[in-house]
Amino acid sequence: MPATEDAKALAVIRHEEARAHRDARHDRQFGWLLKLCALLVLASLLGAAGATLWGGRDAFTHFGWHFLVSTAWDPGSDNYGALIPIYGTIATSLIALLLAVPVSFGIALYLSEVAPAWLRTPVASAIELLAGIPSIIYGMWGLFIFAPFFADHLKPWLTNYLGDSPDDGKPSWLAAHVPLIGKMFGSSYPFGASILTAGIVLAIMIIPFIASVMREVFQTVPTRLKESAYALGSSTWEVSWDIVLPYTRSAVIGGIFLGLGRALGETMAVTFIIGNALQWSPSLLDPGSSIASTIANQFGEAAGLQKSTLMALAFLLFVVTFIVLLIARLMLRNLARKEGR
Amino acid sequence: MSSASLYLRRRITNVIALSLSVLATVIGLTFLAWILWETLRQGISAMHLNLFTKITALGENGGLANAMVGSLIIDFIGIAIATPIGVMAGAWLAEYANRSKLGETIRFLNDILLSAPSIVLGLFVYTIIVLPSTALTHGNTTFSGFAGGVALALIALPVIVRTTDEMLRLVPSTLREAALSLGVPQWKLTTQILVRAARSGIITGVLLALARISGETAPLLFTAFGNNFMTLNPLDKMASMPQVIYQYANDPGDAMHAMAWAGAFVITMFVLLLSLFARLVLSRHKISHD
Repeated sequence: MPATEDAKALAVIRHEEARAHRDARHDRQFGWLLKLCALLVLASLLGAAGATLWGGRDAFTHFGWHFLVSTAWDPGSDNYGALIPIYGTIATSLIALLLAVPVSFGIALYLSEVAPAWLRTPVASAIELLAGIPSIIYGMWGLFIFAPFFADHLKPWLTNYLGDSPDDGKPSWLAAHVPLIGKMFGSSYPFGASILTAGIVLAIMIIPFIASVMREVFQTVPTRLKESAYALGSSTWEVSWDIVLPYTRSAVIGGIFLGLGRALGETMAVTFIIGNALQWSPSLLDPGSSIASTIANQFGEAAGLQKSTLMALAFLLFVVTFIVLLIARLMLRNLARKEGR
Repeated sequence: MSSASLYLRRRITNVIALSLSVLATVIGLTFLAWILWETLRQGISAMHLNLFTKITALGENGGLANAMVGSLIIDFIGIAIATPIGVMAGAWLAEYANRSKLGETIRFLNDILLSAPSIVLGLFVYTIIVLPSTALTHGNTTFSGFAGGVALALIALPVIVRTTDEMLRLVPSTLREAALSLGVPQWKLTTQILVRAARSGIITGVLLALARISGETAPLLFTAFGNNFMTLNPLDKMASMPQVIYQYANDPGDAMHAMAWAGAFVITMFVLLLSLFARLVLSRHKISHD
């Protein structure tokens, strides 16, 4: 009977269509659910910026632009300025970069050009292990081991040879003739906690990040470029400096900015070692404060305008690190494109 | 003559530069060894059974039991929140958004969130969870283990999103095409085939995220806050290992410093073993696929 067979076929088709519709609906709903989760990433970044801006609105309106250049920090009269923590953050991060960049470059060079093949993986894993150590451990080590070591062995040498007030009263030629050097390294503070120590510990913390980016990008340099240079008689160093580095320049800068972003926002290690002083001092050997360390130290007990000031500081920190990390990722993204091609 | 001296100069430069690169590596490894050695030495000499059985309220005669339990609870909450959200977000990036503008933007911003300052994320959670619950309870400041868990979830999230995204993109597209040609809907394909194929990679991501958050201190200071007594209630203030280490390290007493070192040792061992284990999971998986 053709009629009933048609009806059967029709039912099957209807059934299939209903299922296809159902599947399509589920697919759409599933897609929306996943998209919602992905948007949470966006929401947490916007939320963090919004929450700190909202929390810091009193401080921003109360102090105005003056907030950024004031060195005041007086809970008694509720007068706060951001300059000392900002200076501490920038100074520690710059010291960290100054020390970490050449060392990271050296490590990356060693791992990609110098080391025998069997040694590369274990050394690279060991360096990456540094990145896995929690920041509080760096803080403990810095506070109890490195700062006393620094105060006993390195600091006397620095104040004597570079400071403006050494033990024998006669500043060295360098301290007397180069402006700022004497002030930067003069200190009568006897302990190891200082902006410089915090910078050194930060440097150790960001070395694995910068070194691993550099190593990775050095490996993307086409072998024939390097081999052409070797064939022309270049030394390993000349190939690295004149071929590898220019070829990977933007990614290398990206890696450095990534390290800078880490250093700017690092909290615990710095809080342990920087000394947490909110007085102005030009010396790198005196204790100071960074934005993150000030928040970590004071937020628990703060109220009113002080709390708002700390929120405002957090907003500034977030915006600056966001911009630094944005630059870093943009520079690294170009590399990913190059790799993909 | 001048070409010989030029050659000599180039050789000397080369030797110096390469020696400096060896020196840089030695410096890096020295600090690694120094930090690990001190943590090991100070931590082991401070090891004591009381650390695991007594609470911080007893001070010098106490231990870290409540902090250990608190850390486990807070870390668990963090991972329990971040894992489903992170895996779904990663799946969206890899399977749905692939090259769309929004997908690229989120992938890009996720990488930024990955290195965003954790203390600001802590303040964000303070604003959206601690402050409103303070208002609800009429002024009792309500720090809680749960708020701490949410803060840690924000730190774990980008790690999980990124590994899920990367791992799913490693799954061969023949698998997708085979399933789709059989008429399997996309949601079934994603949940039952692709996520399973990338399972060990995703687990690695979750373990690495756990390793990352279990040493985090800054965001817990004003979310979970700390508690000298044992509590299992996530809505209560809660102690955590890093926070107690921070507190004890700033204490003037030597006995407290010893306990802080013991805590630091426990945390370091936990984190390093966890990341080692995570890598083992991944490498075993890779081998089985080859």
